[in-house]
Amino acid sequence: MADTIISVSGLTKQFGAFVAVDHISFDVYRGEIFGFLGANGAGKTTAMRMLCGLSYPTAGTGTVAGFDIRSQGELIKRNIGYMSQRFSLYDDLTVKENIELYGGIYGMAHKELSERVDELLQRLQFIEHKDDLVSSLPLGWKQKLAFMVATVHSPEIVFLDEPTGGVDPITRRQFWDLIKATAAEGTTIFVTTHYMDEAEFCDRISMMVDGKIRALDSPSNLRQQFNAQNMEQVFYRLAREAQRTE
Amino acid sequence: MSTVLPILIKKELTQFRRNKALPRLLVMLPIMLVLIMPLVTQMDVKNISVVWLDQDRSSLSMRMKSHLANSDYFMMQPFAGDYEMALHQLDMGNTDLIVSVPPHFERDLQGGHANSILLVANAVNATKGAQGLQYATQTIASAIIELAQERGLETDTVSLITIENRYNPTGNYRYYMLPALMIILLLLTCCFLPLLNIMTEKEHGTIEQINVTPVGRLEFMLAKLIPYWIIALVLLGFAMLLAWAVYGLVPDGRAGVIFLAAFLFSLCMSGFAVTLANISDTMQQAIFVMFFFVMMFMLMSGLLTPIDSMPRWAQTVTYVFPPRYVINVLRSVYLKGTLLRELWFDITMLAILAVAFNTLATITYKKQN
Repeated sequence: MADTIISVSGLTKQFGAFVAVDHISFDVYRGEIFGFLGANGAGKTTAMRMLCGLSYPTAGTGTVAGFDIRSQGELIKRNIGYMSQRFSLYDDLTVKENIELYGGIYGMAHKELSERVDELLQRLQFIEHKDDLVSSLPLGWKQKLAFMVATVHSPEIVFLDEPTGGVDPITRRQFWDLIKATAAEGTTIFVTTHYMDEAEFCDRISMMVDGKIRALDSPSNLRQQFNAQNMEQVFYRLAREAQRTE
Repeated sequence: MSTVLPILIKKELTQFRRNKALPRLLVMLPIMLVLIMPLVTQMDVKNISVVWLDQDRSSLSMRMKSHLANSDYFMMQPFAGDYEMALHQLDMGNTDLIVSVPPHFERDLQGGHANSILLVANAVNATKGAQGLQYATQTIASAIIELAQERGLETDTVSLITIENRYNPTGNYRYYMLPALMIILLLLTCCFLPLLNIMTEKEHGTIEQINVTPVGRLEFMLAKLIPYWIIALVLLGFAMLLAWAVYGLVPDGRAGVIFLAAFLFSLCMSGFAVTLANISDTMQQAIFVMFFFVMMFMLMSGLLTPIDSMPRWAQTVTYVFPPRYVINVLRSVYLKGTLLRELWFDITMLAILAVAFNTLATITYKKQN
């Protein structure tokens, strides 16, 4: 897996005196599920926003899908999908209208788009709800819809910021089936989560503590390294070192 | 490039249509402004109560009194007493105006050197006081002129006062106010609607989902604004139709000039609104600041009071206020039938401000920060 799709070196974001992200460096390989873990306030979202071209880094360099994160933000945006921590689709549009809107923004042709919409609706068993207003959907469904929208244009990389926060266990499991299916098609998944059982599904994991990456390896290697039985224990050992409070 | 804009505009229109309050409110707004506001903002003063102090008791003074009494504007108060008592009535707020005719006024007038008539008005309500004095002066003058003509006399008074309301022959306040109310309609639509729209997207986080797509800044901005430009012009047309149907007020000049100025004005105000939305963090903050500016625009652009009577420095400030130009265009075209080529300054200034505000709007919209 030498094909790097995200490569970051010394990436830093400072808000005044507060260093939210402190010189992080890592590579993500094409097609893998990359878990980006850390306690609340560790700097995960800030780092992710820099990778997505929403935020300028204070220092450091990086490329995403071959484009520079500082100067080619708009080119990166053509090749990625992003699902924010907060549900951010239009409540007053229907399921179908939301998907079509974003498909249209990414420049998908009408025919290609309507096929893709059908395919996605089918995959999520959403067909009968396609004309429902998004505001009427339960949270778990909204999250699935947000994932669909993030992948409507078949991007190279999908960034998922706590996609399963507040979602019930069954829907969570379904959600991860979706993620795995998408990864199997060759899409790289960059995901943050607080659920350690989900961390086990990742190919590789990075652990952020106080703006720095403290560990980066596959789940099994991390367990070995920290002499832990599961990811939960790995998380506890690392997160306990945190000085920062939310 | 060109395919994304229609998609974004369609989205805005769908959202507008699904909004429960907004479309209804926008129909109500012109109806309210055109039908009700001219009645309640009427500045014609009626029922001015007058104490009549006649120390002359001549045929002339009697004629003056009957002229005043027969006018809609005045109510003669039953009063018997001297000037001091009349002043006391004014102090107590029981009367608005004292008219005191000096002794031997008619005789001295014919001799050519009469003492002047004293008018004392309660000017706590400045408009009522000033209007009362003006009406009383006109009424008294007309009585003197009438008498002089009957007797074939030449008096100075004949040439003293001539009043003519050009362009608004009846001096109807509505005709003066209606164009201003149309501007208020455009001001509210173009200042608040784009502002609320963008702030809602900011607060719901939906704008972030847009910012992470390759959508162009200009396209996103245009998609936000084009629907409101159309809405603003449709509302203006509706208000103009209402003004014609209800008050019979039609532009003396070309309606095209009005729409051109109104369109440029809509560009200015919506560009301003987007700029404000871009630099605001919360809805509260944005709305409060916008209220401040809208108030300045309403009070300082000649909408209600003339710019010429403002202090010099304030007049200079108004050059960057777009309403100043559009109000001039609307009033001139409506009441005087002024031509486009005579309004080039106002139109040019509106165009310059439109470019300036919209450049600012595009610069302040940042997808990456």
